[in-house]
Amino acid sequence: MTTLEDLKTPTKNTWCPGCGNFGILMGFKRALVQIGLKRDQVVLVSGIGCHGKIVNYVNVNGFHGIHGRVLPLATGIKMANPDLNVVGFAGDADCYDEGWGHFSHTVRRNIDITLIVHNNMVLGLTTGQTTATSQKGFKTKSTPFGSIPPALNPIANAMVSNGTFVARGYSGDMRHLTGLIVRAIKHRGFAFLDVFQPCVTFNYLNTYDWFKERIYKLEEENHDITDKRKALEKAFEWGDRIPVGVLYQEERPTYLEGLPQVAKKPLVRQKVEDVDITALMAGLT
Amino acid sequence: MIINKISVMIGGEAGAGITRSGFLFAKACLRGGLYAFGTNDYQSLIRGGHNFYIVRADAEEIYSQADTIDLLLALNKETILRHKDGLVPGGGIVYDGGEIVLSDEEWGRDDLKCYSVPLRETVKQLEGEMIMRNTIALGASVALLDYDLEILNGVIKDTFKPKAAELNVNAAKTGYDYARQHYAGDFDYRLERTSSAGKRKMFITGNEAVGLGAIRAGCKFYAAYPMTPATPLLHFMAPLDREYGMMVVQAENEIAAINMVAGASFAGVRAMTATSGGGFCLMSEGLGMIGMTETPAVIMLAQRPGPSTGLPTYSGQADLRFAIHASQGEFLRVVIAPGDVEECFYKTMEAFNLAEKFQIPVILITDKYLVESHGAAEPFDQDRIGIDRGLLLGENEYRGEEEFKRHKFTEDGVSPRATPGMRGAIVRTNSNEHNESGYTTDDPELTTKMADKRFKKLHDLIKDLEGYETIKLYGTQEADVTILGWGSTKGPIREAMKQLSREGVKANYLQIIYLSPFPSAKVQRILKSARKTVVVENNKTSQLSSFIREHLLMTVDHKILKYNGRSFNPREISKKIKRVL
Repeated sequence: MTTLEDLKTPTKNTWCPGCGNFGILMGFKRALVQIGLKRDQVVLVSGIGCHGKIVNYVNVNGFHGIHGRVLPLATGIKMANPDLNVVGFAGDADCYDEGWGHFSHTVRRNIDITLIVHNNMVLGLTTGQTTATSQKGFKTKSTPFGSIPPALNPIANAMVSNGTFVARGYSGDMRHLTGLIVRAIKHRGFAFLDVFQPCVTFNYLNTYDWFKERIYKLEEENHDITDKRKALEKAFEWGDRIPVGVLYQEERPTYLEGLPQVAKKPLVRQKVEDVDITALMAGLT
Repeated sequence: MIINKISVMIGGEAGAGITRSGFLFAKACLRGGLYAFGTNDYQSLIRGGHNFYIVRADAEEIYSQADTIDLLLALNKETILRHKDGLVPGGGIVYDGGEIVLSDEEWGRDDLKCYSVPLRETVKQLEGEMIMRNTIALGASVALLDYDLEILNGVIKDTFKPKAAELNVNAAKTGYDYARQHYAGDFDYRLERTSSAGKRKMFITGNEAVGLGAIRAGCKFYAAYPMTPATPLLHFMAPLDREYGMMVVQAENEIAAINMVAGASFAGVRAMTATSGGGFCLMSEGLGMIGMTETPAVIMLAQRPGPSTGLPTYSGQADLRFAIHASQGEFLRVVIAPGDVEECFYKTMEAFNLAEKFQIPVILITDKYLVESHGAAEPFDQDRIGIDRGLLLGENEYRGEEEFKRHKFTEDGVSPRATPGMRGAIVRTNSNEHNESGYTTDDPELTTKMADKRFKKLHDLIKDLEGYETIKLYGTQEADVTILGWGSTKGPIREAMKQLSREGVKANYLQIIYLSPFPSAKVQRILKSARKTVVVENNKTSQLSSFIREHLLMTVDHKILKYNGRSFNPREISKKIKRVL
């Protein structure tokens, strides 16, 4: 089966030393090995930003798209060929700023893909500006007097958009994160995993220490992942204590389930030649 | 007495079933062996306002609406006030005199034939709905034209569900009987079955023809966000998705639509989207990604007048430059402008082949007048255009002996295309500049080499297109004037040519179908010997003229431009051409 060695690419990694992205990269690779997915059955879709480079670092099928459009791109791939395991990677600015308009729609569609958001609460590759998840008052080059609005809450948004798998991880805890990625990929439906990953260069506030002091694991507090009300409550927990783990999971028919045109074979294996339109034309006479 | 030559307008409020009535009338003409053309005019509102539909029927082939109206079916007073001056002397008006009262001053002319029919009263008697007023008026017109009511009944039965059909057949009969009784023999126009009455022609819009072309071409994925005038294509495709093994998705916006298309195509499916100018703006970045990642895609851009929201329910041709240049950077694309419903079908099929063969985006540029007007057409030849998927590998064609390189350097620039899921092939692409394997690069030499690779395809593309109908010449090689146009102006231009020929002017018409790559050699051959050139376009700046100057260093002599949202009437063109001769 697939090994970590198989997933290596010849590309030089250009993330900053100590970047939180390394944890996500390793967690993802380990998850693929753990599940036993073949490389050619996985499609990695990434957006623009530091996270987007992950396409160069994992030797699976990949589409490095444009800023903010990971979700529709991944959706198109999955709709064309549901046999593929499609995993989207986005940054907080990529998904929660530029591409926010796709988020709720993809969540409510419950298309069977996974989204992993590298959430470092700052724009890294553009050298440090505020993002949707930057804390109120966060000072950057674009917000020298502090970010004015409160941070966007992607977890709560996923909950109210009827998400079927809503989770948060921390890249500083690889074993835990790997487990979450495995669960997300295995989830039947849209799996949303927001991952805290400290930006060691531009985020002076949300550091490894900052997270370490605050985060706790939901599973250690007997959180019931089928309790929607409780999950929503947990989604709003922020401050001294911040939960990580699966907040909520439910089974619901995915977008493609029950569609007769793809019940027998995926679009990619439908016949392209000799589609007879005689009857359609007769109907127009 | 004028036989088998008529122009009918049906007008009323939005929601009164105007288009449907025009459609029924036109189909009844078609089934009698006539040719028909239908075009609509509506405002951006759901109820009220003023809508009209023009049907023209003729025993000889016709390509657009006529310049004048012979018979007006007016469902409200506004229709009469707005359109009575467009009627020919002796033209007729069918209206409900019990409801619509005009003073002599309002009538303003005394050379019209007024046929009052109690539409509202009849609806009440039949216990029907007000929307049936049209059908009564249609029945009355069939009587005025001494045409066959059975043909109209047949169309009604094929269009409505049985119960509604019965009601409408009754309504038509009532209108027919009333007009026969009161106005028999009074109107100077007649419709008669012709010898080709048995042969069924389609009455089809550009949108429907594009949809048929896409389905026949094996399009399996269609994603779009509603935008006039491309919305009817979404409506056409949606109910067919199950039967034809397609996925038709209404995306959350146009950005999503084009990215979904890119994803589906990357995964190996023929995919398409359609929109109008505003949506195409949103798609521009995705278009560039499609160019950079060498992902095949077909995009229909159905124009309406801009800038910005402009006239959302009207027509224009001002987005040609935009289609050809949209998105940052330089990449290959094909831009095709079909000019009639046949071309909408065949060029859509060509678009899918070119997109896959050269792994590029192909844009079909149309407009509201083309995609929402109905034309008559014989059923399309399903085998004229075959299916060419280029270097797409079959499921077991990749042997997996070495690393798959999605962007492999080749002699002609086209790389073999595996799709994700093919055993042993890792398929990677990238909106960043990339190496052959799809890994990101900013290496200067590789950057140059990759850009060259993508543009290398142009050589074979141009060679291939020599065998395509990229231009068409109508009329004789020798002419006093050569008319140039692209897209939907084709219909009115061909009608104008009929007028010019009747009036002793020798004109020919060069239709440019492929706008990018520009068919320079072919166009030059014709323009070299042209005595006088006139460009006809629905835009302000004459974008086609600028392409002719850019590619051929030639200046066209005259321009006939119209940019008020309305298509040309034939006479507008022929009159102006005579003026410049």
